[in-house]
This record gives sequence, structure tokens and C-alpha cells, in this order.
Amino acid sequence: MSKFTISRRGLLKSTAIAGVGIAAPTILTSRAWGYTNEPTGGTVTFGFNVPQTGAYADEGADELRAYQLAVEHINGEGDGGMLNTFSSKALRGNGVNGKKVVFVTGDTQTKSDAARASAKRMIEKDGAVMITGGSSSGVAIAVQGLCQDAGVIFMAGLTHSNDTTGKDKRANGFRHFFNTEMSGAALGPVLEKEFGKDRVAYHLTADYTWGWSQEGSIKKYSEDLGWQTQAAVRTPLGAGDFSQYITPVLNSGADVLVLNHYGRDMVNSLTQAVQFGLRDKVVNGKDFAIVVPLYSRLMAQGAGENVKGIYGSTNWHWSLQDEGSKAFVSSFGKKYGFPPSQAAHTTYCQALLYADAAQRAGTFRPSGVGAAMEGFKFDGLGNGPTEYRAEDHQCFKDVLVVKGKENPTSKFDVLEVVEITPRAQVEYPASLLGGELGPYNDGA
Amino acid sequence: MGRNTTPKQDYLLLIGFSAAVFAAPFILTPVGAGYPDLLQKFAIFGIFALGFNILFGLTGYLSFGHAAFLGVGSYAAVWTFKLFSMNPILALIVATVIGGAFSVIIGFISLRRSGIYFSILTLALAQMSYNMAYSVLTPITNGETGLQLAQSDPRILDAALGRDYGAVLPSSDLFGIHMNGYPGYYFCAVIFIACFFLSMRIFRSPFGMMLRAVKSNQNRMSYTGLNVRPYTLAAFVISGMFAGLAGGLLAVTDPLAGAERMQWTASGEVVLMTILGGAGTLLGPVIGAGVIKYFENIFSAFNEGVLMQVFDFLPAFLQHAMVSVSSLFVGEGWHLTLGALFMVIVIFLPGGLMEGFNRLRTLGSRVLRRHVDDPEVPDPVERAPGPAE
Amino acid sequence: MDDILLQILNGLDKGGAYALIALGLTIIFGTLGVVNFAHGALFMLGAFCAVAVKSLLGFEKVALDPTKLTAWGTPVEIRTPYIEAWFGDFGAQMLNFSVPISIIIAIPVMLLIGIIMERGLIRHFYKRPHADQILVTFGLAIVLQEIVKSQFGANPIPQPAPEIAKGMVDFGAMIGLQAGGVVYPAWRLIYFLFSLFVIAAVFSFLQFTTFGMVVRAGMADRETVGLLGIDIDRRFTIVFGIAAVVAGLAGVMYTPILSPDYNMGMDFLVLSFVVVVVGGMGSLPGAVVAGFLLGIVQSFASMNEVKSIIPGIDQIIIYLIAVVVLLVRPRGLMGRKGVMEQ
Repeated sequence: MSKFTISRRGLLKSTAIAGVGIAAPTILTSRAWGYTNEPTGGTVTFGFNVPQTGAYADEGADELRAYQLAVEHINGEGDGGMLNTFSSKALRGNGVNGKKVVFVTGDTQTKSDAARASAKRMIEKDGAVMITGGSSSGVAIAVQGLCQDAGVIFMAGLTHSNDTTGKDKRANGFRHFFNTEMSGAALGPVLEKEFGKDRVAYHLTADYTWGWSQEGSIKKYSEDLGWQTQAAVRTPLGAGDFSQYITPVLNSGADVLVLNHYGRDMVNSLTQAVQFGLRDKVVNGKDFAIVVPLYSRLMAQGAGENVKGIYGSTNWHWSLQDEGSKAFVSSFGKKYGFPPSQAAHTTYCQALLYADAAQRAGTFRPSGVGAAMEGFKFDGLGNGPTEYRAEDHQCFKDVLVVKGKENPTSKFDVLEVVEITPRAQVEYPASLLGGELGPYNDGA
Repeated sequence: MGRNTTPKQDYLLLIGFSAAVFAAPFILTPVGAGYPDLLQKFAIFGIFALGFNILFGLTGYLSFGHAAFLGVGSYAAVWTFKLFSMNPILALIVATVIGGAFSVIIGFISLRRSGIYFSILTLALAQMSYNMAYSVLTPITNGETGLQLAQSDPRILDAALGRDYGAVLPSSDLFGIHMNGYPGYYFCAVIFIACFFLSMRIFRSPFGMMLRAVKSNQNRMSYTGLNVRPYTLAAFVISGMFAGLAGGLLAVTDPLAGAERMQWTASGEVVLMTILGGAGTLLGPVIGAGVIKYFENIFSAFNEGVLMQVFDFLPAFLQHAMVSVSSLFVGEGWHLTLGALFMVIVIFLPGGLMEGFNRLRTLGSRVLRRHVDDPEVPDPVERAPGPAE
Repeated sequence: MDDILLQILNGLDKGGAYALIALGLTIIFGTLGVVNFAHGALFMLGAFCAVAVKSLLGFEKVALDPTKLTAWGTPVEIRTPYIEAWFGDFGAQMLNFSVPISIIIAIPVMLLIGIIMERGLIRHFYKRPHADQILVTFGLAIVLQEIVKSQFGANPIPQPAPEIAKGMVDFGAMIGLQAGGVVYPAWRLIYFLFSLFVIAAVFSFLQFTTFGMVVRAGMADRETVGLLGIDIDRRFTIVFGIAAVVAGLAGVMYTPILSPDYNMGMDFLVLSFVVVVVGGMGSLPGAVVAGFLLGIVQSFASMNEVKSIIPGIDQIIIYLIAVVVLLVRPRGLMGRKGVMEQ
């Protein structure tokens, strides 16, 4: 059985390399061995699996808006958005591989079980060839595993944990978003410049895998600078009131507080840390500093004026002035009346990147699309020159270090970009995070 | 307590039930639910609710922590896959036994109290399990990510039998039949029917009568010199084993076990399923489970595009109006529909959906002047009197 | 020492919130015999009273500035709250004090919501099994949440405290310790005092008014009170309204501590049931004592010194206490026999 699989893979690879030019063998192979949900009619179905209920519902809604926009652009409707600035010109605004893109949606509820059930519905009932979306790493890893089993491609949405393209990576899964390792690498130099080498840090960490991963990377890069880590305290997810964790910081002698929290936890812990006067405190003769390693503009709005002057990192921000970002913000803003979030940006890019890879491969077969995506270098999608690394299916691109804006001009204008950390500085060897991609699964 | 049922009627019900379960892929396709994953969920959560009903429907003890057994069952099954074999039978046995063992512990502690004190004890113990599984116990449970299979798992028994899964992740299989898709559903369906039969036997047995007696008046039972604790504990453990089995099946059809399966909202869900369908009735919990899972998976998937198609037959302006009104209730608004449904059912049908069916049946037989012998509609069973106030 | 004092303050603060929510819940239990799963939603509605008041006060005049364009090519909007445009500094102050103002608005609003809920729904469930009560109130909670979500979105919405209460108070110096050791946010101290005030008000209302006497009599023996010819139903309506107001006020005042979102009620629902049961069903003092007790214990369990001995203890301590209390004292700390034991 396994031998047979290997030989089939070998054959597929060679046909993929042979490309569209030699059409006959491609048709033959696809007839001989179909793949999951091979589209037969004039349309191809994408599955958009986003949180529509629960704490990340607004982020999910923004992802869905971006997906709808991406589908319009791929099908040649609207103003084309980032297709106009995208370095690959394979997509011509007539769908993908001559098929019009349609989509189905589902609710992940930010729960692994619900997300998998929703993705399964898309695969088993609606015939989706690709699943994308999500707003947490637990969900992303769960759905990625499912897509690997089912033989469809998974284009991860907002997931920041190292594990998605590290320990738990899968051949059928691809991630455009950055991760905790890159956040640490990008923040390190900025923290040094702003706060110096002689600092004592105190971590509050959400007590689950992403939190630990984030804490680990900030520790690693800040201790390299010469910072000390005074304590790293785990807080329960969804604690609400963090006062019992914040008061010990007051007299601890630490002069930096790192909040390894995301979403509502981040909003609450930051609001409360500022309430306890930490932002205005002076310790060891230095101004006390608060750092939020992963910023989300949508969530920062929830913390209001408490974000002012607080440093963090982010995947993308709508105030960027490159051509791609400008095209995307203009296209999105015209349609919806407000700027897109980083979640919207990463999901829009993922939809486009998948469509482009399928077009270039001339098939929707996961191994074919994957081969087209692996090592693919592109530009014009808002993050500068970017590469989908073949070894772990992780995008490598510049990382933004941002700061809460002191004088916002609108309610969307809460962050300002402090530094664009170049890609070279955040790159790491794929072996660092472990894991096995394994072979592609094309399903049946 | 309803009328007595004859064994013949019971067997008719069982045959009808089995036929419906086996034909479900065809029956449910027109309403959009005829695909393997959702059918599996119907069967699995049906088992979960059947078990819960043995405790709550018969004894009136309202447990708010039953999801803990579901979660433990899943973890046990996945660990069995990882350590021993991908054979689902072994995993299910282990899941049921571990679920039962865990429920012995929690039941022994919680059943020292009754009423809401019992409910809070089960809730507290289950929440403790959930919180630990999410964080401190990550080495065992893999925390937020959930426990997954890995290629490097030992699988001692499979290795001893010389089974090699090659370079791909294995999936559970029953002597070569993979447990996803329709084979997985029929595997669940067989167990589901067996559980239904078991639950029916318990309902009709002297043990079941004893449990009902506990519900109607525990004090009187105690005055007769009978110690009711062993009976309630037995009911608790049986329902815990059903939950463990359901958790195991979740892992068999989809080998991933996450901590959120144990959260109080999951415990609350099975309570809602049972009450919605009709606590204390045989079929009610199964129907309640089906309705809730249907809403979760199908209503949540309606987006504007789908709605536009649904209302395609209307003139354009009416179409847009209908779409904007109805989109409040589907897609991201599916919770609203579910909440409203809970209220409507409980306000107008105090006995849950089963009461609705029974009323329809009575009405139907009155109109038609003949006895409708549709095994799908069960006998106007024991609408159990609620717990005394 | 300072750390311990700080944790006690944290505990009192948290306990104040727990006690207020549990108080309303236990009143409904005790008097009406209803298991109210919508109580968390009432807390959430209170918090959204503050959000609504702030957005009403901050209703903005939108002027377009055609000389400047946004990134997506539409003219920049210049937004000024009407209240500032009309009243100048006074208007700005009104906005600044939106949370305290919300309290005044929230009392009649929550009373009305409570009365409508009782008259329209809860009343018909007095004689129904608890299971039915759970299903209907849970359904109601979901419906209320979804309505709020469709109006305000799912993201938390910041509600800052008034400028004057944003600072820190040197609590240590006030009680004669070294200055600077125990400083605490003013708003949290206000929250604690406020919760004491509301608790005292509810107790004296039940203790010293005829109305309260009848209600207490109704809690003890509803049928006899009815036989005396007293219209207990009308009073029960008002009792439910009061419980809603207490939950709502807890929510309004909590907004500067926890930015409200539509799901916040569910987070407090389980907790408030645990508090009520630990305190003992049907006991108002029990609910208050249990609220403060659990708040303080939770704070201490979160200290690094404790967590280093028992990892993760802060995640389960509330439930652990609940289990221990219920096993040692069958009816919680101060529960009465026969309430909700069936």
C-alpha cells in the first residue's frame, strides 16, 4: 500500500513539473487518480471557516469580508485590489483554472471540535477544495490536521503559535501569518533601542500553548540583550480580572511588564495594568514599560486609550504606504467604509496565494498546488518581498513593530508603525521548531 | 406515569428506530444533513444524551458536569490509539471503562448531596478537570491544541502484529475499514442502536422503576429502610459510561481530543438536549441532540449568498428585504435562533419536543379516527413529573 | 506584608462584584424559587447600559472634510460629540463622568427590564420544574446576548473611569504604613465601597420596611402569606426588579475594570451559582460572605508563593472551595434546610 502511494506521488510530482504544456499526461493522471473534491463543473468551491460567535466574532467577520473581496477580485469583479500589485500575474480575473470561484462559510466558534465539524461539512457536503480562516492557534492546528487527513489544502488564518508551522506542521497546511519566534526576533532590537540593555522583566502569560510559546521567545531575545527575567506568571485563560496577578508586579522591582495575552485577555490585562499605574511608574530610576508582543488593531480598540505608548508587533497595518497595502486598503475601505484589520489582510492574501498557486499548477490537486506554493517568492501583497518556505510552509516577510498612538485621528488609527524589521532578521532555520511535514495527501 | 408498554410495542419502537438510523443518510439529505460527519455527530451525541437521560430522566439528579466523562473518554481513546492499536473496539472499551471509573469517583463525592448542591458539586469537579486539562496537565492532554496522533507513536499491539502505516498518519480502522465517512457512521449507528436498546431495557427494568421511585420521593424510599445511594450511584456510573463511550466514538471518527469538550458549556449542552427533546422519555434526548447539532452545523452555514438563492423566487426588493431580515437568524446569528427555539419550546411544549409529537399524534388519530402505528412516533410515554419544587 | 495587604484589597474588590451578583441571584432563588440562568445576562445588560449612555452622550456630529481623503479615497470625517459642540467644557465633563451618570440611568432601566421579564416570562414558570426554568432562562440569556451583539459587536468596548478616579490612592499611608508600599487604584476602592453600600441598602430594605417584611415572610412560607390575603405576586414582581437592578449596578460599575462585551455574562454565570451555593441556598448573608470569601481566597491562591507549591491552584481554587464546603457543610455556609434540595 505504502509503496503504491510513493510511486503515485513520484508520478504526480513529475507531472506537476512537466506543467500545463504537456496536457495529455495531466488529464490521464487526474482521470486515473482523482483527488478530494476535484471540481468537475464550471465552479470551484473555497471553504471560509471563521469564528462567527464567541470572543473573536468581530475578527471573524472581518476575515469574511476580506474573503468575499478576494473572491470578487479573483473572479474579475470590483477593482482588483492587490491583484494589480501582486508580482505573480498568473491570475487573470477569470477565476482559477477557468473555473469561477464560489465559497461556503462556517462558524468555528473558536473551538477545535466545532471548527473541525464545520470544515468537515465543507469538505464532505459542499465539496470545498480548500479550507481557510480561523482566529486562534488551537483551531488552526486542529483544522490543519483534519485537512491533511481529508486531502484538501488548509490556508491558515490568524494563528501566531510556533507550532502551526513547527511541531504540528502538515504538508497540506500553509501559513502566511507570522509567529511568536518572529515577534521576539523583531521586538528584541526595538526594545533595546527604547529601553536599554539593563532591564528587569516580569511576564504575565496566558496559560496555554500559545502563551508559553510567546513567553519563551520574548524571554530568549530579551535575555540575549542582557535583560533579566524576574518572574513569569501563568494566568488562567479568560481570567477577566487580573488584579491579583498585577499587584505583585508593583513592588517586585521589575521595570518592564510583558503581557503574553491575546484577545480579551490582552484588553483586560492591559487596561488593568494601566489602571494600577504601571505605565506612569518609575522603577530603578527608569520609566516603567509595558510590552504586548502580539498586537491586534481590532483588539487594541477595545483597550481604548490604554494602548498609548505600548509596544508590540503585528503582521500588517493599514497605514503602510507600499503599493500593495494602499491598493488593499482602498479596495476594502471603498466596499465596507473602514480599513481592514491584520486578520482581514492575512486571509485575503491566503485566498489570493492559493488561487495563484492553483492557477500556476494548472490543477487543484493538493500536491500540485503545494508544489507551486513551496519556495514561491512574491511581492506586492503589503509585506514586501516574501517567500513561502518549502521546508515548513511558513511565509517569511518583514515584521512590523508598532506602538499605541498618542494622538489618534480616528477610532481606527490606534497604532503607529515604529519599525519594519527586515525579513533577514526574523528568519530562523526550519529545524529550530521541529515537526515533520510528511507527504502531501491528495485524498481520494 | 404514562401507560404501561408491552414488549411488543417496545420491539416495534426498536425496529423503527433502527430502520430510521440506518436510513438516515437518505432521509436527511433533503434537509442538508445527509453527510457523514453530521450523521456521526447525531449518533454520538444521541448516545451521550441517552446516557444523561438515564441519570436525569429517571432519578431527577441534574448533573452539570457530564462533559467531563465525554472528555476523559476521548483522551482515553486517543491514548489507546497512540500506545496500543488503531483498532476502534479496543479504544472504545478503554474509553468506556475509564469514563466509568472517573464517574465512580465524581459520583461517589457528588451523590452525598442532592438537588442544586449535587448540580454544583458535579459542575465544580468537571470545571476543575477542564481547567487542569487545559493548562497544568498539558503533558497528558496536549492542552489547547488537543491530543493528536503522531507518526512516531509506539502502537505496541499494531507493531506486534506487524502493521505498518507507512509515512502517513494512521486513522482508526476496523480490520481494514476506515472509520471516517459512511463506514464510520454505520459503525456509530450500530453502537447507537445497541445503546438505545440498553437504555430501553433499563427504563423497563425493576432497576429503572427503583430509580423513578427515587425521583418521585426519595424520603419515602429511605423510610422503607432502603439505601438509595447504590441505585443512584449505579445510574450515575452507567450514564458516565455512556458519556465515555460517546467520547471514545468522537475520537474514533476523528482522532483528536481537546479540553474544551469538558467545559461547562459542553455539560450544559447535553442538559439542554435532554430537556429540549423531553427528559425522561426514551426518544426525546436523541431528538434534542439532533436538533441542536443540526442548528450548530447547518444554520450557522447560511450566508448572504445562500439566502439570496433561497429567496430567489421573490421580486428583487422583497428578496433583499427577506435576506436582510433572515440573515439575523442564520449564519453568525444562529445562536439567536437556538435561544429563541429553547424559549418557544419550553413555553409552549412543557414536555419538550416529544410532547409536541405526542400532541400531534393524538390530534392526528382523532382526525383520522384510526390508530397511527408509526414506529417513529413513540408511545405517549411517561412524561415524567418534574422534580418537586 | 504589603503584598498580602494588596491581595486582601484585590480580594475585597473581586468579592464585592461576586457578592453583588450572587445577592440578586439568591434573592430570586429564595423568594421566587426560580433557577435564573439569565442572571449573568442581567449583569451584562447593566454593563451595556454604561456603553449605551456613553454612546448617547457621545453622539457625534459628522462633518466631512473634502480637502483630506482617507486611505480609501473618501473625505475624512470630523467627528465632534454634539454634547461638546453644544455645552463645551460642561459637555466634555458629562462624557468624562459617563459611568457614574449611567448608574442613575441604569436603575430605572434595569428595574423595567426586570419587571418585564418577570411579568412576561418568569411568572409563568414558578410552578414548572427547575429543568424548564433552566431551559427558558438560558434561552433568554442567549437571545439577550445576541441582541446586544448585533447592536454593539463582539469586541470589548472601553469604558474609562472619570479622570478624577483614574489615579492611585496610597492606601498604606492612610492606615499608617510606609508611604508608597500599598497604593491602589481609586476606582477599585470606589467599587468596593459601592458594593458595600448596595448590599447595605438591600439588607435594610428587606429588614426595615413592611414590604421587606412581607417578602421575607414569603421566602419563609409563601403559601401562608398568600392565605393572609397579601398579594404576594405583585411584590414578587418588584423583588425580581430589584434583583435585576443589583446585578445591573454591579455591571455598570465594573465596566472601567473589565471592558464590556456581549459574552461577559456567561463568564460570571457559573461563578455566581458557585458563590450562591457555597453561601447556602436562600441565605442572603451567606451569599455576601461567600462572595468576599471566594474573592479573597482566589487572590491569595494566585500569589507566586502559593502557585510555586501547587501549580495551577489559582485555576481551580474556587471550585475546590465549593467542593470542600459542600462536603463539610451540606447546605453551604448558611443555607436553610429544604431549599432547592429536591
